[in-house]
Amino acid sequence: MNPAVEKPHDSDVATRRDKGFVITQELIVAVAAAVLFVLFSVALDNFLTPGNLVALVRNVAVLGLLSIGMAVVVIGRGVDLSLVAVMAVSLTVSIVLANKGYGFGEALVIGLGFVLVVALVLGFLVAYVEIPSIFATLAVASIVYGLGRGVIADLDVNNIPSDLDWFLFIGRGSVLGIPVSIWLFAFTALVLYLFLRRTGIGRFIYALGDNLETARITGIPVRPVIVLQYIISGLMAFLAGAVTAASVASMNMRIVNSTVIYDVLLVVVLGGIGLTGGRGGVRNVVVGTALIGLLLNAMTIMDISYTVQNLIKSAVLLLALIVDALLNPRDEQTAQQGDI
Amino acid sequence: MEAATRLYYRYFPEKLLGEVLTKRWSDNLVPAFAVLLVVGFFLARDPGFFSLASLTETSRQLAEFSIIVMAMGIVLLAGGLDLSVGSVFALANITALICMNLLGWPVWATIAATLAVGALCGAVNGFLIGYLRIRAFLTTLVTLIIIRSIVDIILLRYAVAISAVFPDSDFWFFLGEGNVLGMPVSFLVAVAIVLTWHVVLTRARFGWHLSAVGGSRRSAFNAGLNVKRTVFLTYVWSGVLASASGLFFAARLGSAGSDTGVGLELAALTAAVLGGNSLGGGRGSVAKSVLGAIVVLILTDSMVRIGISGGISSAILGGILLLVVAIDVRWLKNRHKILNKVYVSPSYFKLPEMPETDAGSGTPYALNDRLREVSLIGKGQIEGPEVVIFDRHDNLYCPNRHGDIVRFLAPDYDEWEIFAHIGGHPLGMAFDRHDNLNVCVGGMGLYRIAPDRRVEKLTDETNRTFLSVIDDSRLKLADDLDIAPDGRIFFSEATIRYDMHDWAYDALESRGNGRLICYDPRDRSTRTVLRNLQFPNGVCMVGDGESFFFAETWGCRINRYWFAGAKKGTCETVVPNLPGYPDNINRASDGNFWVALVGMRSPALDLALRKPGLRKRMATRIARDEWLFPNINTGCVLKFAPDGEVLESLWDLGGVNHPMVTSMREHKGYLYLGGLYNDRIGRLKLKDADPDWTSQEFYWGAENGSR
Repeated sequence: MNPAVEKPHDSDVATRRDKGFVITQELIVAVAAAVLFVLFSVALDNFLTPGNLVALVRNVAVLGLLSIGMAVVVIGRGVDLSLVAVMAVSLTVSIVLANKGYGFGEALVIGLGFVLVVALVLGFLVAYVEIPSIFATLAVASIVYGLGRGVIADLDVNNIPSDLDWFLFIGRGSVLGIPVSIWLFAFTALVLYLFLRRTGIGRFIYALGDNLETARITGIPVRPVIVLQYIISGLMAFLAGAVTAASVASMNMRIVNSTVIYDVLLVVVLGGIGLTGGRGGVRNVVVGTALIGLLLNAMTIMDISYTVQNLIKSAVLLLALIVDALLNPRDEQTAQQGDI
Repeated sequence: MEAATRLYYRYFPEKLLGEVLTKRWSDNLVPAFAVLLVVGFFLARDPGFFSLASLTETSRQLAEFSIIVMAMGIVLLAGGLDLSVGSVFALANITALICMNLLGWPVWATIAATLAVGALCGAVNGFLIGYLRIRAFLTTLVTLIIIRSIVDIILLRYAVAISAVFPDSDFWFFLGEGNVLGMPVSFLVAVAIVLTWHVVLTRARFGWHLSAVGGSRRSAFNAGLNVKRTVFLTYVWSGVLASASGLFFAARLGSAGSDTGVGLELAALTAAVLGGNSLGGGRGSVAKSVLGAIVVLILTDSMVRIGISGGISSAILGGILLLVVAIDVRWLKNRHKILNKVYVSPSYFKLPEMPETDAGSGTPYALNDRLREVSLIGKGQIEGPEVVIFDRHDNLYCPNRHGDIVRFLAPDYDEWEIFAHIGGHPLGMAFDRHDNLNVCVGGMGLYRIAPDRRVEKLTDETNRTFLSVIDDSRLKLADDLDIAPDGRIFFSEATIRYDMHDWAYDALESRGNGRLICYDPRDRSTRTVLRNLQFPNGVCMVGDGESFFFAETWGCRINRYWFAGAKKGTCETVVPNLPGYPDNINRASDGNFWVALVGMRSPALDLALRKPGLRKRMATRIARDEWLFPNINTGCVLKFAPDGEVLESLWDLGGVNHPMVTSMREHKGYLYLGGLYNDRIGRLKLKDADPDWTSQEFYWGAENGSR
């Protein structure tokens, strides 16, 4: 196998070897997150309260799950802008069905089926029709959202039927003093970490993100692997949706119009997963999530208005994109026509 | 049956279809059809849709929307993408309203300020994407949010104040609601902008640079274009155009809603791609953008009228976007395959029974070994000497496939040098009265090399045929020439449908794709004199000052054309049925003419020429190496009399010494042979020839002091 694939250079570009100590983007972000945590704890009155920490952790879990899904696609040199739409609409499907009398477990399975169908369609469009992922996911997002608002549900906000404590436990309960949603995030992160690092298919994703043509010539079944990426990201969206729904006992489809998807992009890019593909991993997502989760939480506590928050977030994202472009310059040799 | 085939292939416009598909504007046919379909559908459903009042309102919206789509189209053409147009539109709207309503600025200052804001937004995008090379999609997605956030912040502060004031300016209202000749002002301005950009994109340097950068960034860079600045400018223009559109919106509605321009980028993108602008660049036009804008605008408007909810209509728009992107991607990937299938268009052609060439047949074509004894010049040192020619000092000139004219020095032709470099693949050559070497260059046109080695282009285009679909004004394959006593240069262009290396396609078609062209040095004009010839090749003056011979290679015949005198403009076949494919024609010392047969006919190919369907299937289904080709390996040299009688033939059956004969030149008792794919020049001693005769002196007379 290609040495570049054998040893993913997630840190090569930002690396400076200095007395055996390696400074990576990941490390910088982790330190920044820790510093910010201390800073906020000291400076912000409401930060270290239990209520805020629980909210922080819950948001971080959702953001983290979505970001893992995005990361898998980005490593394979794609982008999934449909995550939030799939997350909101799939859970709405389940909730609407449950309200119509289906068992909730059954309804969840159908919701999951919806996610799989969307992922398969998306994967087909990207892998076989060869539509750039960015367009395919953008258009699918608007289709899924349109279906959600026009066909699946009459209301934007759908409440979970009562007496579903087992489900709400995902969002509200805790085990060993740690919220279940964090356990879930940790478990998922571990599974995806093992998948990406230790399995052949996981390595294939890096290979095709690094250089699609080479991967194809090497004999990797690139198209099925691309479809698999979207299935994984769909599953992550569904999990994130379940955590969201369980924590507030409802699902609000308007979240699609918010800027959550950019938060996810921000996590991935800031965490150090280059948009050129083939680099980074779950660890990057974890530190990126920590940093962004902290920032979002702090901005909320500081009572910064929603629009100004958007301005700040998008400015930071733009900065992250610029840094990403400078650190991981696009390779004109493997950049494809239409890869915009 | 065969007559039916002949008639079908003569009159059925199959060739036209292939030629239309090569045109860039043929991409517009699909969106144009979509326009008709959508308009027709809604006209049938709801005739009120096209009432005058409704149309006026629609045309104002169309003006705003098509400017936005055009902005998107310009960015797409250069290989980028601008999703921030919707937000820039909203920002321009609010800027214009603040300037007019709150600050009370005059209209011109408002316009300037608004356009400047748009240009600034575009410049930010352009700097990030053009100079820092960040990916366009994500960058503009983020600037979309940033600009939208700024709009929201401004709205929170000023929305109430804006709606409380009405600007006191007639011109402002005129801009928004005025009519000129019954048409809305904004519509007329949009038409003007559209026409200007059409001219810029198709005729101006900047537009060509855009296409070049979008078509192939690396090639554009290598060609010396400033790629980064070009990309930068597309975003600036996109910002300016989007803000111009916002300006009209502000003048028309004067309202500062928070949903202004929301989702506009998706609609604009859908429209641009629906119209046929390619993602990834290189293919796009203003017409495409406008067509797409019309379709999408009518669709969205109608969905609102029918009462489809916002969610569903955005889903429909998303579905359309997916569909058109999918078509675009697949079309771009497979276009050349489709084109290959339909462009080649064989026609029916029946050759007479082939004359006998057997050794004992007694015909002038009877096989012999007279060429076996040729001696070789420059073996292994030259590639592709299609023709040979001599100057007055007996130096030998021949072209090579690198675009050089090589000179072998008299008397022994051992030493050689590059006389001049032109480019392309030089083919036919002729000296004129003043010892200038005139050369037909395949792929370039007609060139002249002065004795001091100065290369000058004489012509590379001729008059375009009326109503021709493919542009036949440019010379694709100038082949051979000769010069009339009055200095006019008559040359053949073998085919107008294919490039030189694709000559086999032309043979496959066996259609009259070639022509004869006259270049007149007196007024430097170029004019086509005879069309629809089957691969016209060698040209040679008869010597009467009013006619010349020319060979039609795939037609297996030699014709005579009168360009002056009593029979001016007529063309007669002189040698109708050759056993092979004639190439160059030259004078012989005894008053007759030499002609090279580059290859011999075969019964199988002759039969295939009467089966166009077979050849079409052959061209589309099997690899080119497997085709029935005209043989170009074994040929001969013929001598024919001016009246068309074939006198003798010179063969080399093994082809060992000199495999391919495309031309021959008699010079001082020797016959020199050239071959297009050869690595040598052949030289044969002629027994009965005049040892002092040279073509140059015979035709132009003794040296006339120009040197």
